[in-house]
Amino acid sequence: MSRIAIKAEGISKRYTIGARQQPYRTLRDSIAGAVARPFSVFRPRRAHVAQEDRNVWALRDVSFEIHPGEVVGVIGRNGAGKSTLLKILSRITEPTSGAADLYGRIGSLLEVGTGFHGELTGRENIYLNGAILGMRAKDINRQFDRIVAFAEVEKFIDTPVKHYSTGMYMRLAFAVAAHLEPEILLVDEVLAVGDVSFQRKCLGRIGEVAADGRTVLFVSHNMGAIRSLCTKGIVLDRGRVTHFGQIAKSIEAYFESTNNSSTHAAENDSLPHGFGPILITGSDGTIEQGDSFEVNTTMRIPPAAAGFTLLCVLEDPSQRNIFHLRIDSSDLKLSLPWRDNYAIRLRLPPLWLEPGLYSLWFKALYCGETVQSRILSDIYYLDVSGRSSGWNAVLSPAPRWSLEAVDAAQVCEIEAATSNT
Amino acid sequence: MEKAMTSDFSAVSHLRIQPSQGWVALQLRDLWLYRELLYFFIWRDIKVRYKQTALGAAWAVIQPLFTMLVFSLFFGRLAKIPSDGIPYPLFVYCALVPWTFFAQGLAQSADSLVGQGNLIRKVYFPRLAIPLSSVSAGLVDFSISFTVLLALMARYGVRPTSHLVWLPCLLLLAFVTSLGVGLWLSALNVRFRDVKYALPFIIQFWMFATPIAYPSSLLGKPGRLVLALNPMVGVVEGFRWALLGAKTAPGPLMLVSGLAALGVLTGGAFYFRRMEKSFADVV
Repeated sequence: MSRIAIKAEGISKRYTIGARQQPYRTLRDSIAGAVARPFSVFRPRRAHVAQEDRNVWALRDVSFEIHPGEVVGVIGRNGAGKSTLLKILSRITEPTSGAADLYGRIGSLLEVGTGFHGELTGRENIYLNGAILGMRAKDINRQFDRIVAFAEVEKFIDTPVKHYSTGMYMRLAFAVAAHLEPEILLVDEVLAVGDVSFQRKCLGRIGEVAADGRTVLFVSHNMGAIRSLCTKGIVLDRGRVTHFGQIAKSIEAYFESTNNSSTHAAENDSLPHGFGPILITGSDGTIEQGDSFEVNTTMRIPPAAAGFTLLCVLEDPSQRNIFHLRIDSSDLKLSLPWRDNYAIRLRLPPLWLEPGLYSLWFKALYCGETVQSRILSDIYYLDVSGRSSGWNAVLSPAPRWSLEAVDAAQVCEIEAATSNT
Repeated sequence: MEKAMTSDFSAVSHLRIQPSQGWVALQLRDLWLYRELLYFFIWRDIKVRYKQTALGAAWAVIQPLFTMLVFSLFFGRLAKIPSDGIPYPLFVYCALVPWTFFAQGLAQSADSLVGQGNLIRKVYFPRLAIPLSSVSAGLVDFSISFTVLLALMARYGVRPTSHLVWLPCLLLLAFVTSLGVGLWLSALNVRFRDVKYALPFIIQFWMFATPIAYPSSLLGKPGRLVLALNPMVGVVEGFRWALLGAKTAPGPLMLVSGLAALGVLTGGAFYFRRMEKSFADVV
């Protein structure tokens, strides 16, 4: 067997924006084009220039090699080309140029429940969806009971899936996909849907597949998932590979590029107002769970007589609220008159969070001239490293346990003493 | 898309992905590897076809039967169109059975790619499987309405002739025609949604260009051969010849129809394959 599972050589994919804005060419356009074509000899150059302007390169010269058994995370912002890459590797769309070689049976999972039909029963959909994902009927027969058990829909297996709850539907859909047995698995953002327990189940299953020695290419925005599953990472930025290497380094590289770009997100369109980039002191996006740290940013709001409220929010990877810190301008005893620029420094004690990727952002509410407005900062992805409990806990403090071997009489003594107090 | 399977589907296989240029091979082998999926598509189309309808599979009979009644009334009774000595209702219904199979297959397959755009955007499989299954699923409807045809023949006391053995070939001809045109239209429909609006007209015009309500004997011999370029002429004439013993032995007519159908199918398949690479981006 070859030592390579996936090899991409200079893959590029071009989309024409014109085609997107007007997705369906009408026959009339085509006829008009065909009629005009003979005359285009007289103006070929300009047409080419216009064409070039409307092109968008979703992928540009992407090359990498993945060895069998590697679990590779594909990281990048929205529109970086992650999904396009998976679509090309799973043969849904062709590259514009370049080539890729894949060695092994391929299973791709770009969406959970593709091809499910509401009118068909759970049982029928398992067979249909299995076939769509490339499973043989005999494999589905063999795995059938496991799929049903995994989805926890035994009672409703002969009910049309249109009567299923969303949760049941998603579980069944993922259960089929989870029992694919390809040598190369391409997975795109399947965790974006479903509740926390469902997501954990999916993740666990992908982890099992990875542990099984299969090659996995995994696209997700969930850095916690990427970090825990993947061994390597590909960072894409506007269609180009900006980093390819060990996962920790890749995540670092991704954060550097994200946090350095100072794109302001001002909800009320008044761009001068807003927050500056967020910086965590002495870190490149990572903190140890036992570190105290400092969050710095700048804020620019219009001078407003009624003051403002500043909030800092931290959410964990499952979007649970960890803290919601609030301060009013009246508490700050700021010297009057109001200024419009502030440097914000927030000191935090060690939080002892579970390792993972947390989202931190600032929000300010203020009374403008007429209405109440608010501004939001960009989200800072705070990467907490350290010891994990392995459970879905919020905190993982470093405890000091002490156990002392005692005899039964002493136990009674201690119990008596504690119940008295 | 180029593709080279070194061995069986389940063995370690090598796949090369690179841009294709212009006309590409049909890759029927690929379609064969996905035959189970094709089977499941057909099965799904059959299962789903009459779900949530009050009359269910009765629709397979209602459509040709009511068309037959209308035609019998207006063309048979009022216009007194000749029917080669066969009772007019039987004469029409015998033609409507294969015609309905063809027209339904065409309508379903032309819309199939667009209707299943989500599948095309998210999963790879040979796209030919989609229109192929749409046309194939019509075979169930065909067998239902065909049974009614046999009952109708018994009612009129018409015995099928020994030419009955040719029926599968005639059905295949209808299938090939439906699929061939369906391939063209479904691929065009991805790019030009005009197809959706043109389709009802196409089917309607085609119906009147086919001797369903009238016998082809109304036309002279050379006229019939030109007419046979429409493969459905061969099918309809063939059905009447094999089942009702109509005297129009459709020898050369069948040959012309068969060749035309084959031409349409081959052209359609290659056009489909050529357009296939853009389906996921455009649909």
